[in-house]
Amino acid sequence: MSISRLFIANRGEIAVRIIRAAKELGVTTIQGYSEGDADMLAVKLADESVCLGAAQSKDSYLNMPKVMEAIKSANADAVHPGYGFLSESPEFARQVEAAGIVFVGPSAATIERMGDKVEARIAAEAAGIPVVPGSKGRIDTVDEAAKVAAEVRYPVMIKAAAGGGGRGIRVADTEEDLRKLAPQAQSEAQAAFGDGGLYLERAIRSPRHIEVQILGDGTDAVHCFERECSLQRRRQKVWEEAGAMCLDEETRQQLCASAVALAKDVQYRGAGTLEYLYDEATNEFFFIEMNTRIQVEHPVSEMITGVDLVQEMIRVCCGEKLDASQDQIRRSGHSIEVRINAEDPHMQFMPWPGKLEAMTVPKGEGVRFDHFLYEGYQIPPFYDSLLGKVIVHAPTRAEAIAKLKNVLQGIELKGLKTTMPLHLALADDAAVQSGDFHTQWLEPWLEAGNLQPIQKTGGAS
Amino acid sequence: MADIQSPLPGTFYHRPAPEDEPFKSEGDGVSAGDTIGLVEVMKTFIDVKSEIAGTFKAYVAEDGAPVTAGETLARLKP
Repeated sequence: MSISRLFIANRGEIAVRIIRAAKELGVTTIQGYSEGDADMLAVKLADESVCLGAAQSKDSYLNMPKVMEAIKSANADAVHPGYGFLSESPEFARQVEAAGIVFVGPSAATIERMGDKVEARIAAEAAGIPVVPGSKGRIDTVDEAAKVAAEVRYPVMIKAAAGGGGRGIRVADTEEDLRKLAPQAQSEAQAAFGDGGLYLERAIRSPRHIEVQILGDGTDAVHCFERECSLQRRRQKVWEEAGAMCLDEETRQQLCASAVALAKDVQYRGAGTLEYLYDEATNEFFFIEMNTRIQVEHPVSEMITGVDLVQEMIRVCCGEKLDASQDQIRRSGHSIEVRINAEDPHMQFMPWPGKLEAMTVPKGEGVRFDHFLYEGYQIPPFYDSLLGKVIVHAPTRAEAIAKLKNVLQGIELKGLKTTMPLHLALADDAAVQSGDFHTQWLEPWLEAGNLQPIQKTGGAS
Repeated sequence: MADIQSPLPGTFYHRPAPEDEPFKSEGDGVSAGDTIGLVEVMKTFIDVKSEIAGTFKAYVAEDGAPVTAGETLARLKP
């Protein structure tokens, strides 16, 4: 390795994951931490640690001058940003680069470009990746709207060109609908924004969220297949799988090849994820955005391919070439990850920063628990609620679900309330078992009271 | 004097939003169930409500301060 001292500018389970990867590469680890995280597991596991500031993220993990000062004072020669916090800040990557330190991620310019939704869409189209079809510019007449809608194909979403935040969106299934709805949208847009201009986009009903894991070394790029992440609550993924059983092999190959094409086009370095909407009705996928960092759900891709994504991203960002060529990366079996959050699923997912009194975690082949817990640990209330991820791997999806259920039933986290009851209920659900869900599925399922006991109301909310 | 305690650990706020006025000021009437502040816990904002009626005296915990569960946040005269 060309680096010897890696600074971890993150916390929680991903900090633990990065430390393990760095240790296996023989690299000294330096953990940055806030005053609220002085006793977190990553601080105990790291070779060294540096306090960044007060507990609140804005005073520590998000405070760029303090993080930069800590990196320099620790004599780090590389920085791993994890996910969240400063991981997708072009300015942070730029400052690390300017200090002559390796940033474990793509260049600041790539983060900036792919972080801009318009720029990313342009880059995707240039690489030949489908994006959600829509009008090129504003539409001012109903006839024009009908003409564009015929090209975009129904159903179409009619939005105010000047608007935002989903206000006044209408969905037309036919031209007749459109001719009725477009004038309403125009007059509403005129009233709300002083501009009656419209924008049309294909409406994808009940889409799946499918994403592709890529790795690049700045010249070459490979994929580690796709993930299915449609089970979401409030736009947060709760259950993720690799691969996506809804895809046929041809579509899977096209999808993964499209991601590699974009990664090569932008000379991507590090681990990244391209997110797509997948329309099962038409077997079409559309690029939505790229995340230029490691993701929470990366382990499912590791489980089906055997690639250690965190080690690989460190290696390629230190100037090494990709370890495996595409034909050496094969998928085997099925993997599922569920997020264990410190929330009470029976109380509207109320955060529950308790103290872990005792912990029992089953071990076994194809079972992994990425977490930052230990007995006696008081969960701090200042950060997000993710405690860890249970990941299982089995030859088939049905066996993976059965294994997941078994493992979850064997886990005991005494003193905490977690989302494990949700995952057990999902594992028992017929629609989940048959893989029949989409991004709009979980919230109505919860509202319908599928999670027993029935949610209570009252008390704090 | 009665204490209003934090239901959860987190960060205590006197105001609904940074640009807003505090929920209560000294001398304000407080009804049972009135919100007197917010506790941010794991990126979720929880209303802190008074269980009793009275007259607001003062905040004890500072705006934006980390607080523990059961810590006194404010006082009122029943």
